[in-house]
Amino acid sequence: MTHDREMIRLRAVAKTFVMHLRGGASLPVVSGVSFDVRAGECVVLGGPSGAGKSSILKMIYGNYRADSGRIEIQGRAGWIDLAHAEPRAILALRKSTIGYVSQFLRVIPRVSAHDIVAAAARQTGLDSAAADRRSAFLLEILNIPERLWRLPPATFSGGEQQRINIACGFAAERPILLLDEPTASLDAANRAAVVELISARKRAGAAILGIFHDEEVRDRVADREVDVRTFSPEVHAA
Amino acid sequence: MSTPDAPLLVAEGLSKRYGQRIGCADVSLGIHEGEVVAVVGESGSGKSTLLGLLSTQLLPDAGNVRYRMRSGDERNLFALGEAERRFLLRTDWGFVHQDARLGLRMGVSAGGNVGERLMAVGWRHYGRIRAEAENWLERVEIARERIDDCPSAFSGGMRQRLQIAKNMVTRPRLIFMDEPTGGLDVSVQARLLDLIRSFVGDYGLAAVIVTHDLAVARLLSHRIIVMRHGRVIETGLTDQVLDDPREPYTQLLVASVLQV
Repeated sequence: MTHDREMIRLRAVAKTFVMHLRGGASLPVVSGVSFDVRAGECVVLGGPSGAGKSSILKMIYGNYRADSGRIEIQGRAGWIDLAHAEPRAILALRKSTIGYVSQFLRVIPRVSAHDIVAAAARQTGLDSAAADRRSAFLLEILNIPERLWRLPPATFSGGEQQRINIACGFAAERPILLLDEPTASLDAANRAAVVELISARKRAGAAILGIFHDEEVRDRVADREVDVRTFSPEVHAA
Repeated sequence: MSTPDAPLLVAEGLSKRYGQRIGCADVSLGIHEGEVVAVVGESGSGKSTLLGLLSTQLLPDAGNVRYRMRSGDERNLFALGEAERRFLLRTDWGFVHQDARLGLRMGVSAGGNVGERLMAVGWRHYGRIRAEAENWLERVEIARERIDDCPSAFSGGMRQRLQIAKNMVTRPRLIFMDEPTGGLDVSVQARLLDLIRSFVGDYGLAAVIVTHDLAVARLLSHRIIVMRHGRVIETGLTDQVLDDPREPYTQLLVASVLQV
């Protein structure tokens, strides 16, 4: 990966939720969202709760749909506008290019913690032995007790599930990494482990875009901040 | 001939009426190899009619379905001869019914149910058929010693797993599933879902899954098609449709799911 190369380009992205169950109430979230993220840098989305930080990340992952604007992603074969891409193209980008770590694990019945993480590692082409090693490495540095590795995480504590989810997010090494408060409610040792994982991905040239409420974490990983308040729909309507 | 990236199956303008009632109205979709599509909607929304049309078990009033055969040739499914159609149903396709009695012969042994599909594609050697049947029973977690028992003596979950074994034995490329976990206990459902999920991943199966259970759709599918009154009202990536539903009816469906 070449450092400094643009990897994410947002241009005039806007999102409004229309709540049909509440009489079609319209809830503008953001508009005029334009910024770039380059390889090897970590950009932090700043601004108060409810300003639309998570919505921006979710639009870049294709989880939320953008109403207008362009979300351009540097894929393996050039730029793709994810806001107008076919579902299959979005899935292919997620597999090859965009990783996403949220706070919440979606548990798969009967699959063990170790295997969930190893399966995530195999997605970018690691063979099963390498994926198993990567899984064990991540579970270990995220302080998941070894006796839990072979169990499905459904019965784990919230904190343990969160760390399994982080392990999944870092298992496959993709050129773009989206982080939605990955360190929320982690203890100091685990926060430090996540900071180290993020720094390693940065050194490897990944373009990282994240939301961190924890100031200490933010100060240690962020290269610059994009203030989401400048994308407030009121600002743009005025 | 077609490019490798061409869809496996393409439906165009499928419509079907039952007298005055609309079964399915002007539905078009494409399914690629290895792609799992969930069709969701309430009872009577037309999802089972769509499944019936895609799998040629029903004839449309209008529209057509094209399918890329193993040979690479694209064929109009409603123009296939009966022998060709049956061959497709028995080899390249699978069908998992909610009611196992539609997919299994209840008075024939488990091994016989699986073996039948092999015999239909020309297997003749008894020992090899039995060995292959045992192999697949094991993969769907049915104990070898149950091979001579009839599905009538099986639990609901085992019957569903036997249906899957029976389908998988010919290595199909496309499986149609109609509420495959309907009516099963939650723990039994989880086991079945896990099996389906791993088979789809391991064998690169394409699947069309009709379900009213959004959690099943979330776990198994890449894409969701939401149907209402016989029409497709919303479609997209599974997590997009479930996390950012656009249509009033989809928002209602998503909002109606009980959270645990």
